[in-house]
Amino acid sequence: MRRAAGERRRTRPRRGLVLDASGITLSAAGFGVVYGLAAREAGFSLVESLAMSVFVLAGAAQFAAVGLVAQNAPWPVIVGLTAALNARHVLYSAALAPWLATRGRLERAAMAHVLTDETFALVLAHFQRLGRTDILGYWLAAAFVCLPWIGATVVGFLGGRLIPDPDRLGLDVVFPAAMAGLAVALVTGRREFVAAVVGAAVAVPVAVAIDPSVGIVVAGVVAPLAAIAFRVPSAAAPEGSGVSTQADDAQVGTRG
Amino acid sequence: MTVELVVLALLMMAVTYPSRAVPLLAPGMERLPARALDYLRFVGPASLAALAAVNSTVTGGVDEQRTLQVGVEALAVVVCIAVVAWRRNLFLGIAAAVVLVAAVRVVSPG
Repeated sequence: MRRAAGERRRTRPRRGLVLDASGITLSAAGFGVVYGLAAREAGFSLVESLAMSVFVLAGAAQFAAVGLVAQNAPWPVIVGLTAALNARHVLYSAALAPWLATRGRLERAAMAHVLTDETFALVLAHFQRLGRTDILGYWLAAAFVCLPWIGATVVGFLGGRLIPDPDRLGLDVVFPAAMAGLAVALVTGRREFVAAVVGAAVAVPVAVAIDPSVGIVVAGVVAPLAAIAFRVPSAAAPEGSGVSTQADDAQVGTRG
Repeated sequence: MTVELVVLALLMMAVTYPSRAVPLLAPGMERLPARALDYLRFVGPASLAALAAVNSTVTGGVDEQRTLQVGVEALAVVVCIAVVAWRRNLFLGIAAAVVLVAAVRVVSPG
C-alpha cells in the first residue's frame, strides 16, 4: 500500500513532465523536418545533416550553418557564429549545476550534451515542481526534445517536400509559447516575476539592435540582478504578521 | 555520399559543448554562497521569458535585418501564459496558441 503510494508520488510529477513535453516534442519534430529539408537543399548529405543534429543539437546554430554553407562561407565564420549563438547555454548549465552537483562527473558530462533551451526549461520547471532533483526526469525531458529533432532530421531529408510547412499550421508559435508557459511555472514569487518581466524587456531591444542570442544572454545576466535588487514592499508583510517577505513561496507549477 | 561537413559539425560541437558543460562540471557549485544561488534561481524565469519574447516579436534571421513585430504570435504567447496561469496546463496553453495562430493565418494568409 505504502509502496504503491510512493510509486504514485514519483510517477505523477513525471506525468506532468510528459504532458509539458508533448507540445515541445511536436515543435522539435516539425522544425527537425524543416531543418532536414533545408540541409538537403543546401547540399548536405544525409550523414552530414544527421551529424549536425547529433553533435551540435542546437536548432538556431544548425539553421545558420545550413544557410552559411549554402553561401560557401568559410568554416571559421560558421564556427565563430555557432559559439556566439550557443553562449547562452552557460546560463542554463550554471542554473542547473546546484541541482545536479551530487551526480558523478561522467554523468554530468553526458547530461551537458543534451542541455538545449527546451531541455533546460522542462527540467528546471520539473525540479522546481518536485522540490528536488529527478535524474530520470532529466533524461526523459532530454529524450522528448532530442530524439524527435534527430529523427525528424532524417524524415525531413528523405521526404520533407511531402510534409506541409509547420509555419502554416501555426507550429512556429509552439517554441515561444512553451518557453512562456514554462516561465509561468518558474514564477513562484514576486522576485521571479521581476526576473521574467525584466528578462523579456531587456532581451527584445538588444535582439533587434544586435542579435537575438545576445539579447537572451544579456537578459539572462541582467534580469537576475534586477530580481535580487528588488525588495518586496514592506507594507505587504508587516512585522509579525506571519506573512513571509519572500512572498511568494507558493509553488506554481504546470499541471498535466 | 559526402562526409566532409561531419568535421564542421564536430568543430561546432567543440565550441558549443564547453558552454553547456563547464558550469555543470565546475567543482564547488553545491557550496556557492546564498546570494549566488539566489542569482542562479532567477536565471530560469529571466532566460525563458527572454526566449519567449524574442521568438514571438523579433523577426529576421542571423544575417538579415531584424525588426520588432508585435503580431498574432505575441498575442498567442500571451494567451498561452493566461491559460497556463489559469488552468496550470502547459499543453492546453500551447494548443490555444497554435489554434489562434493557425486560425488567423487561414483567415488572412499574407
